[in-house]
Amino acid sequence: METELAKVDSIIGKHGMDRRALISVLLDIQDEFHYLPREALERVAEKMQLPAIQVYQVARFYKAFSLKPRGKHLISVCAGTACHVQEGATLVEKVGQLLRLAPGETTEDGEFTLETTNCPGSCPLGPVMIVDGVYHSRVAVNQVDQIIQPHAGYEEATRHD
Amino acid sequence: MTRLNSIAEFEQERDTILQARATARRRITVCGGRSCAISTDGLRTALETALNKSGLDTQAQVVVTGCPGFCEQGPFVIIGTERILYTKVTPGDAPEIVAKTIGQNEVVERLLYQDPHSGRWIVHEEDVPFYKEQHRLLMKNNGMIDPTRIEDYIAQGGYKGLACALAMTPENVVQEIKRSGLRGRGGAGFPTGLKWETCRQVQGDIKYVICNADEANPGAFQDRSLVDGNPHGIVEGMIIGAYAIGAREGFVYIRHDYPATVDTLRRAIQQAGEWGLLGRNILGSGFDFDLHVHLSAGAFVCGEETALIASIEGRVSEPVPRPPFPAEKGLWGKPTNINNAKTWAAVPYVLSHGADSYANLGTEKSKGTTVFSLGGKINHAGLVEVPMGVTLRHIIYDIGGGIRGGKEFKAVQPGGPSGGCIPEDLLDLPVDYESLTAAGSMMGSGGLIVMDEDTCMVQVARYFTDFNRVESCGKCTACREGVKQMHTLLTGITTGQGKESDIALLEELGQTIKDGALCGLGKAAPNPVLTTIRYFRSEYEAHIRDKQCPAKVCYQDAAGEK
Repeated sequence: METELAKVDSIIGKHGMDRRALISVLLDIQDEFHYLPREALERVAEKMQLPAIQVYQVARFYKAFSLKPRGKHLISVCAGTACHVQEGATLVEKVGQLLRLAPGETTEDGEFTLETTNCPGSCPLGPVMIVDGVYHSRVAVNQVDQIIQPHAGYEEATRHD
Repeated sequence: MTRLNSIAEFEQERDTILQARATARRRITVCGGRSCAISTDGLRTALETALNKSGLDTQAQVVVTGCPGFCEQGPFVIIGTERILYTKVTPGDAPEIVAKTIGQNEVVERLLYQDPHSGRWIVHEEDVPFYKEQHRLLMKNNGMIDPTRIEDYIAQGGYKGLACALAMTPENVVQEIKRSGLRGRGGAGFPTGLKWETCRQVQGDIKYVICNADEANPGAFQDRSLVDGNPHGIVEGMIIGAYAIGAREGFVYIRHDYPATVDTLRRAIQQAGEWGLLGRNILGSGFDFDLHVHLSAGAFVCGEETALIASIEGRVSEPVPRPPFPAEKGLWGKPTNINNAKTWAAVPYVLSHGADSYANLGTEKSKGTTVFSLGGKINHAGLVEVPMGVTLRHIIYDIGGGIRGGKEFKAVQPGGPSGGCIPEDLLDLPVDYESLTAAGSMMGSGGLIVMDEDTCMVQVARYFTDFNRVESCGKCTACREGVKQMHTLLTGITTGQGKESDIALLEELGQTIKDGALCGLGKAAPNPVLTTIRYFRSEYEAHIRDKQCPAKVCYQDAAGEK
């Protein structure tokens, strides 16, 4: 954990101790660890001289932050209006069935996290799903398998026995 | 680049850029909505390779622009100033485009846009109905300029508005914006000039301007496209606004999950600084202004000004009651002016073309143009900019090409989760703030979602209510508890548990939330429910009385038909 806290320190160093930097600091920590570890939040509170409850409040409030560890691969399915009226919800169901996950959950082996996102702004090309930052447009339900398959851990995660 | 120290130096530099343009190589423009689902990197490389191989690179160059808005037909390649338009281009088409159009001045017919109604092949961008029927003040530069090059923006008349403003007194700049009739494009439609004037008149040494480019509205992407394709438009608008109001520092509040867009914006801010258009003593005027990017961590409630301010201050984005308005007491307690990205982007046009030119467009109370993200069950989904006052029918049928797959139109919804659904018999409603509000909807920030016969309106209401329920910050009871109860009732109706009395209860609850909620999120949250009851009551009744879903969306699981 010490090397990890050193990373937190360097992130705080980059943004400064002022309270206005809190959200930027937490965004960078989230980028680094894919979630906000408790120790990191405590370190932020201590270094930025903020009550821990206030750091926790902010971490808990905004959608970008996760307090639970997330998988190595992030699958985001758009749940925005344009995708919704184009059967985006069936994509979520399909990924959920394949990986046995509900939105917000991570596979036991820590490989995949499924989440819905409000709108990544690719509405004319919906329904859209994003796997590790790569956009897939006009996704049909029967393409979901092909999109996830190339990722490591897929075999393990979809074995239903 | 050496800093420009006066308006005269700026104008001289612009002349130099334009002279260089006159003899420059022909442009092959590739659309690159930088973070959209279509990657055009391969296309750009293929075109460059084809130019190099054929030796035609002395005659033409490849330029990647932002999103020109006709997304459904992309990726595009546009040739020369005459703008020959090729649609749905793949890297494999590059050699033919280069050999024929650049080499021999011939058109590649198979890549042209075909009008679905007349069957006619259309050569030039301006003749395509999707563009022909629009009036693109804000979006014109998307598709014309390379957003990474400030020279491109200046060549299109960029920063001319700033030069005009700096030659005026700040008071006169405010008057010019007032005369233009520009109103807030975030959705509420407050007169921009009046807002600026209020903030200007408040005593105080330190004032701030903020651009809301967060666009948390699901189903809208016009603000992102604007920042992506024409970042200097927003930067210039903010500099002018800061000068008028007397602010020396500004913030652009933008989603962290649009990294490429954020990079584009940061590059634009840096360039403007290097050119002497930002920072100290802008164009030798004695006016100082610094602009920062502030990343948002995602919260729909930040559309509310006081919530957005709390977020920049590093706190939980809960709104506080107004007054005091941010114009008096805003960011860190100082007078603050917040406008939406589209509002800021309209400012340079007003200054460079004059208030009258802007005010001549639109209706009596709603001036200028507005941009919609047209989406859903429509043939030509994309970004559409129209003068205020055109009808919804015009947007959907003449520009959007009508309903996809020959289906029946059912409803259109402006305003996202805060808007109401508008039925067929109101399609001739003019698009302006007052008309849409009177219909129980709102102008909103730019989403425009079309629904067809296969859309269940009760499900739509439930979908938006669920969105608002999750996004409610939880501070006031009316919104936190009320929206949750509406969601429970709607879930019941769509799963066969609905009671006759539910409709009246939803109406009463909706009105109570509107009256009791602290901020705009809560006040508008009942709109999707109340309008679907008002215009599509029979669908609610069919669910409740007959346990049937007219659009065949609900109950399908139980019947095993899904």
